[in-house]
Amino acid sequence: MNRMSFFVPLAIFMVIIGVGLVGFQLGDRAVLPSPLVGKPFPSFSAPRLDQDDVLVDQSVLLGRPLLVNVWATWCPTCKAEHEFLETLKEREGLEIVGIVYKDDPAAAQRWLDLYGDPYSFNLQDRDGRLGVELGVYGAPESFLLDAAGNIVYKRVGDVNERVWAEEMAPRLEKMRLAQMEATGS
Amino acid sequence: MSRIRLCVLLWCVALMMSPVLLQAASTVEVHEFSDPTLESRYYGLIDELRCPKCQNTNLAGSDAPIAMDLRATVYRLLVEERQTDAQIREFLVARYGDFVLYDPPFNAGTAVLWLLPLLALLIGIWRIRRITQRRPAIVLTDEESARLNAIAPRDPR
Repeated sequence: MNRMSFFVPLAIFMVIIGVGLVGFQLGDRAVLPSPLVGKPFPSFSAPRLDQDDVLVDQSVLLGRPLLVNVWATWCPTCKAEHEFLETLKEREGLEIVGIVYKDDPAAAQRWLDLYGDPYSFNLQDRDGRLGVELGVYGAPESFLLDAAGNIVYKRVGDVNERVWAEEMAPRLEKMRLAQMEATGS
Repeated sequence: MSRIRLCVLLWCVALMMSPVLLQAASTVEVHEFSDPTLESRYYGLIDELRCPKCQNTNLAGSDAPIAMDLRATVYRLLVEERQTDAQIREFLVARYGDFVLYDPPFNAGTAVLWLLPLLALLIGIWRIRRITQRRPAIVLTDEESARLNAIAPRDPR
């Protein structure tokens, strides 16, 4: 027994190292798990970017899988992400809906004219209230939605090739297969 | 000479005041409360709720834009919609997760966090009991005490 207790400090040390190794591989602790994943996209009413007087609600997001991308012209990461969104739209045929988050609509429109427009349409969230409904705490944030309007995946930060390949593409593939089965039968 | 002293004194006062002034400037928005209980509930809530953008700052203490928005949200729910504190907490947890409470709930993901101190305590108690039980009082025979006395004579005091 005495010889066993000789190894106790070593065992404790190994446990601490183990916790550290696992802990540091858990990923970015600044990314909070969203309680909205698996739930329907929250109901809202927001003006379109191109038509200030047209209010739309969550029903415009139904019927096909799509990506809702929360962005702003004041957000440098959104600029970094922009090109990849265009790639997604063209290469994957994924529909992307934008939410212009706490930004000036004129500035947002200028940005789209200047850098290209991967969005089918954009909504305005000038005071950030839709953002609060979505649990947004920065930009960019993106939500992958299924055809029934449920949030399947949330990304905090930029959508890039790695995030697409590891997290989003498999989920989209699954949704498209499910949809094909549903329409086929 | 005295003018230099005065100057130094004023600088010292200014330096001592600066944290106070900076702090006063950090919370920019001013809310109106018709009722002092609403006001104290508001300050209680923004004090206890955590800013999702910042790892360890409450809503009251953060300059992040989202903290400002969430303070406005708390104000709206509290004053305009007359929700209870529990409803307001629930509203934020439903959108931002348990992170906004400094109080992680007990579930599969947090079980280790909650149970580890208890486990450590139990191990500690077990060790202490073993150590205290393992040592019976040592009783020397007359011969042994004579030998001990020969090797190390008892202190005459």
